[in-house]
Amino acid sequence: MLTAGNLSLDRAGQRVLSDVSVSLEPGTITAIVGPNGAGKSSLLLGLSGLLEPAAGEVSLDGAAMAGLSAQDKARALGYLPQSAEIAWDVAVETLVALGRLPHRDRGHEAIDRTIKALAIEEFRKRPASKLSGGERARVLLARVLAGEPNWILADEPLAALDLAHQLNLIAHLKSCAEAGQGVVIVLHDLALAMNHADRVLVLSEGKLIADGHPNDALDEEVVAQGWGVKGRWIGEDGARALVLSSV
Amino acid sequence: MNRAALIFGLLLIVLVPLSLLAGRVWIDPATTPNAAIILMELRLPRAVLAVVIGAGLGAAGAAMQGYLRNPLADPGLFGIAPMAALGAVASFWFGALLPPVLAAWSLPAFALAGAALAMALLALIAGRTSSGAGGGIALFTLAGLMIASLAGALTALAITTAPNAFAMSQIVMWLNGALTDRSWQEVWIAAPLVTLGIITLASTARSLDALTLGEDAARSMGVDPKRLLALLVIGVGLTVGAGVAVAGIIGFVGLIVPHLVRPFTDRLPSSLILPSALAGACLVLLADSAVRILPLVTELRLGIALSLIGAPFFLWLLLRMRRGMV
Repeated sequence: MLTAGNLSLDRAGQRVLSDVSVSLEPGTITAIVGPNGAGKSSLLLGLSGLLEPAAGEVSLDGAAMAGLSAQDKARALGYLPQSAEIAWDVAVETLVALGRLPHRDRGHEAIDRTIKALAIEEFRKRPASKLSGGERARVLLARVLAGEPNWILADEPLAALDLAHQLNLIAHLKSCAEAGQGVVIVLHDLALAMNHADRVLVLSEGKLIADGHPNDALDEEVVAQGWGVKGRWIGEDGARALVLSSV
Repeated sequence: MNRAALIFGLLLIVLVPLSLLAGRVWIDPATTPNAAIILMELRLPRAVLAVVIGAGLGAAGAAMQGYLRNPLADPGLFGIAPMAALGAVASFWFGALLPPVLAAWSLPAFALAGAALAMALLALIAGRTSSGAGGGIALFTLAGLMIASLAGALTALAITTAPNAFAMSQIVMWLNGALTDRSWQEVWIAAPLVTLGIITLASTARSLDALTLGEDAARSMGVDPKRLLALLVIGVGLTVGAGVAVAGIIGFVGLIVPHLVRPFTDRLPSSLILPSALAGACLVLLADSAVRILPLVTELRLGIALSLIGAPFFLWLLLRMRRGMV
């Protein structure tokens, strides 16, 4: 259980998140959505224990995050930043093995297992600079998964991907959730959140304005309130699309 | 032990005896008169010092490039070498004020004090920039560059206001680093500090690897940015400060060496630090042997020689990077 209680966060002296309380279950996919500047990435950083609360607290399985050692946090919480930065032109398998740093066992079998699971076996020796955008996103996710964290917290992991790769990566995240890991992802695309998340948190101007099953949390009223647009959901459950009618 | 360490370690083992024999006079241990004294009192300390200083600069360069995630980074960026040089220049002015017992040590002592002052300044700045708000590393590097500029300006001031032409030429000569006429005394000053510095830098290896994926990812893998920066400033301060204290400014080693090593490794910073120390030792030893052999009227200063090699190398590196080959 990953819990934020009355969490407020500041960045560069500015309040970016106010009084958010959520309790996230392992084994599910939670999507954090909201317009630009709503505080999505900040909430994810807060839940990852990477941003000190200005007020309130974050706890992991009942233990206050502030009391956990850096190493315990690193082992339990796998954080995938939005930036796809890879500073050195290392081989794919070397990069994935970095995921074992919190455990200090670079030769662990989890590395091979993850490489197989994410279907990056065929280019495991390739240097990072020779990867396509989709391959790169998969490899960076593999780095997080190789650490076998209880929680996967990913900031817009689908942003740079084409449709097929988006579905592919979502399928991997779903299988992680089915295996009992908690998955928390920041998403921009509301349809992806609607169709694939078990739960959606909607942020606007640093406040949590909706929280629940996608059908409720993303209903047309919330979309109007959060994004200032008039939209209508069409399609079947699991294959919905948002049609915008006016701003 | 990785492949790069093995290659440069073996190269060093070959280079040390060659460097001992090489010079204006080539030594043949069997026939040269006083060969043992020349070797033990002149050439061996000079070779050991070249190895020590080169190792420190190489390791510092590898760690700096890892920390700044930039293959063009150089240990000079922190402003430690210019501050150490400023300290040394100050000793030309104020060294005479020390009691006679200490006077012989005034230059390295002042240079180390300069390096320590730079480290303290950097620590002070770090406390205000690395608040985890992002952009800390860039801000910190700019602060280091400003320290370097300030030290450079004060050094220039000291040169232009030197009391006499002799003092001025002494300062200028010294600033262009060299290992000429160094003795075991300098080895005893530099070796322990550089060794401690390299050990400190090696201890940052895992954190530098994590930084490959950016600051936030590194922190999520348990890296403490403040601790990392502190270790880095200490490590670079000890290796570079000790080098400047006994040999003056020797540039470009920290910039070049990691590039020589990288192709033999998996390219992670952790695989570079110790091999870069060995490769740095090879480079400085080789350059110092070369300046002894070159048939010039006065020996070419080592610092100048390495800049003559280093600057074109840097240019070549820039052009290669434009084509995305680094």
